[in-house]
Amino acid sequence: MRIEKRPHVSILWLVSAPLLASLAALILSAALIIWAGQSPLRAYQELVLAALGSRGGLAETLSYATPLIFTGLAAAIAFRAKFWNIGGEGQLYIGACAATALGTGILTAPPVILIPLLFIAGALAGGILLVIPVILKTALRVDEVVTTLLLNFIVLLVVSFLIEGPWRDPMALGWPQAAPIIDEGVLPKLLDRTRLHIGFLVAVGCAVISWFVMQRTVWGFEIRAVGLAATAAAFAGMRVTRVVVIAALISGAMAGMAGVSEVAGLKGYMTLDLSPGFGYTGIAVAMLAGLHLLAVVPAAIFLSAVYVGADSMSRTLDIPTYLADVLVALSVLAILVCTVFARYRLRFS
Amino acid sequence: MTKSPNQPFRSQSSSPLSHESKGTPPSGGVPLLVAEGICKTFGEHRANDDISLRLAAGEILCLLGENGAGKTTLMNILFGHYVADAGTITVAGQPLPPGSTQAALRAGIGMVHQHFTLAGGLTVLENVVLGTQSLWSLRDVRANARVRLQTLMNDVGLRVDLDALVDTLPVGQRQRVEILKVLYRQARVLILDEPTAILSPQECDGLFTTLRALAARGLAVILISHKLEDVMRISDRIAVLRDGRLVGEVAAAKAKRDDLVRMMIGRSLTQVSKGTSEGNDQDTGEPVLVLRKVSVRKGRDRLCDVSVSVRQGEILGIAGISGNGQSLLADVIYGLVRPDQGEVRLYGEAISSTQQVIDAGVGRICEDRLGTGMIAGMSVAENAASTRRRIPPFARWGWYIDNRAVRARAQDYQQQFDVRCRHIGQPIAELSGGNIQKLILARELADQPRFILAHQPSRGLDAGAIAFVHECLIQARKQGAGILLMSEDLDELLALSDQVAVIFEGTLSAPLARDEATVSRLGLLMIGHADEIENEKIEKKSKRHAH
Repeated sequence: MRIEKRPHVSILWLVSAPLLASLAALILSAALIIWAGQSPLRAYQELVLAALGSRGGLAETLSYATPLIFTGLAAAIAFRAKFWNIGGEGQLYIGACAATALGTGILTAPPVILIPLLFIAGALAGGILLVIPVILKTALRVDEVVTTLLLNFIVLLVVSFLIEGPWRDPMALGWPQAAPIIDEGVLPKLLDRTRLHIGFLVAVGCAVISWFVMQRTVWGFEIRAVGLAATAAAFAGMRVTRVVVIAALISGAMAGMAGVSEVAGLKGYMTLDLSPGFGYTGIAVAMLAGLHLLAVVPAAIFLSAVYVGADSMSRTLDIPTYLADVLVALSVLAILVCTVFARYRLRFS
Repeated sequence: MTKSPNQPFRSQSSSPLSHESKGTPPSGGVPLLVAEGICKTFGEHRANDDISLRLAAGEILCLLGENGAGKTTLMNILFGHYVADAGTITVAGQPLPPGSTQAALRAGIGMVHQHFTLAGGLTVLENVVLGTQSLWSLRDVRANARVRLQTLMNDVGLRVDLDALVDTLPVGQRQRVEILKVLYRQARVLILDEPTAILSPQECDGLFTTLRALAARGLAVILISHKLEDVMRISDRIAVLRDGRLVGEVAAAKAKRDDLVRMMIGRSLTQVSKGTSEGNDQDTGEPVLVLRKVSVRKGRDRLCDVSVSVRQGEILGIAGISGNGQSLLADVIYGLVRPDQGEVRLYGEAISSTQQVIDAGVGRICEDRLGTGMIAGMSVAENAASTRRRIPPFARWGWYIDNRAVRARAQDYQQQFDVRCRHIGQPIAELSGGNIQKLILARELADQPRFILAHQPSRGLDAGAIAFVHECLIQARKQGAGILLMSEDLDELLALSDQVAVIFEGTLSAPLARDEATVSRLGLLMIGHADEIENEKIEKKSKRHAH
């Protein structure tokens, strides 16, 4: 048995592969739902209705998708340059730290100034955090998968120190959390009585802008070229190290903004459970999107809908909540397998 | 034949070929290998179209054909890499199960690939026994193998140090290891894919002697090549492939060069070689590239004190066996590698970066088309723009890529240089080697550079594309460009160059004028025998004095 490249890949097949894969994931998960003693049809109906069927559900799905768009972009941009940034989680937290440092009363300015400032600070912090792995990689060839991954834990410990120590909010009745973001820094809501805030628009804006940069500018061209073939890129006159550094910094900046959006838009203050692994899920988002920066938005919304819907499904039907994780994991796996099979085929001999 | 061909490794015979000489007689009689009606298509491309071949023991058959004629596909089918769409293969009367290299090995078919399949960190002995032993067997076969290999080497006259690490061996020796590997597995059919491509003329002679000796012992040999001279020298029979079809078979003794060429390319080729470099009297052009005492070390490659200068309107050829520093020299001139010592001046200015070299206007035709020259994952259009992405017409304001201009320019290139592709958005990697090279030529020669570095510009191309590449270079020289041509193909160098220098282990010889540069003299320089040339010169002088 061997894997061969398909001579011609039809566009139709490439587009329908993710859809078929999602269907396959739903069928596989159905087995688990039956095992849990419920009708899969009812369960899926519940899932879709909860995630997309009401104003509140839709708003929840989009607000959950917001950090995923940011971290998805972070992963996709870095992966395009073959810089394997697994540290989205740490960059998210450091971005949140930057927002907390500036947004809890040190600065007072009208929202038009303060909010962009918070995003810029978070982006800078996320980018700067990646400087260490980038230097280690380019100067000493230390594998960035290891360094970015391990930095996540270091950042979490630093955050833990800050909110239990110097940044601890005296008004929080002893809970380990930082002071809340002042009113001028809180992101305005997009819809009343929901959690959806303008961070979602910022995320979509970032996706559009970074897509434009990637496809239409010299910088994007260089990032793509370096990721596809570093030797050939050097031959074409590109400074490979510099391009990787730029891509890594942009990637860190995106993940840092995810932290800002969560702290200033959703939570209002910094805690240790700010992110249920958005940094890691961002990698799945980027893979689902095939590293296409615009496709990151629907991919993030899809995963978010599955999470939000499955959460509600498990509550109303009394089946375990971790089925949501299983469903997400299965769809990501199925979609990746399907896209591989759209390009390659198996040959049995 | 006493032993079953299914268990060749268990055999205790002292010479793996001995059963052959006892079995089928060296010539005539039952053919050893028969291929009937082999067909193979890739997509719409017919790589092999109803090919039938017979091969007797003790015979050397040469498969001649241009690149893409289907030679390698056919051999890959014989060796079980591919499964044929139709057709059968029998070895010594037994049908060969398709699509299994294991079965092919068991039936006694051994292949030496163009790109060697050796493990560099292991010794010769270990490489030979690699894969001959079951994973579950705990016995060490090496002692046994050593004895067998010693006798084998004595019998056929192949000498290699069994305990040397393969990494430390020169290419010619590595090829011997590959051949030994095949013989050790008691092959009855030896397939060699382009074996002479990497050898110096002297090493070629050695290989041919070995092959003759092996054939005399009853081994059947199939040689894949597109070099006419080699083919006519070594083979008994020549089979010519064109466009996937077998267009003719001739006995080598009766073969004529022109007939073979006509069969190969379907028309007679007016000789590109001679008379191309006429009218180069204005040899006093400005130097466009000057290297002064350049030394650099990078990995296992090095350059020592290389000095060279290329003038406008001349082609300076650099001959050498690959791996003697050519790539490093090219990288230094491309600005990819900084020399440790010495200076490189392009149009009178020191080189600081690759982008500067590109902006100064240099035609760079690099050795590895798809790995270096082109960005493999990108489209034809994007590759047309890749080196000049920051300047008009490709970019506006220095950062916005104007896709319309990129496409327009790519279309120009496509038409002017006849680049065959479905559309300019097609990934470059899907194009054939010749078409990729045409796009490179289009991109690199578009602005009429005053200096061109052509590194292996025609390697792996078919005769038509080679002629086109040569025409482009000659045309550029007529327009006053200075060209540094690095090639392993001596015929190409001698046909095009005004002077030829030889690079050996990082040292560059003084350039020889074309009438002084003979194949034998260059060949000696290529393997580092500079003193013998001195002797030769002295002999000539003394002869002249005697006259």
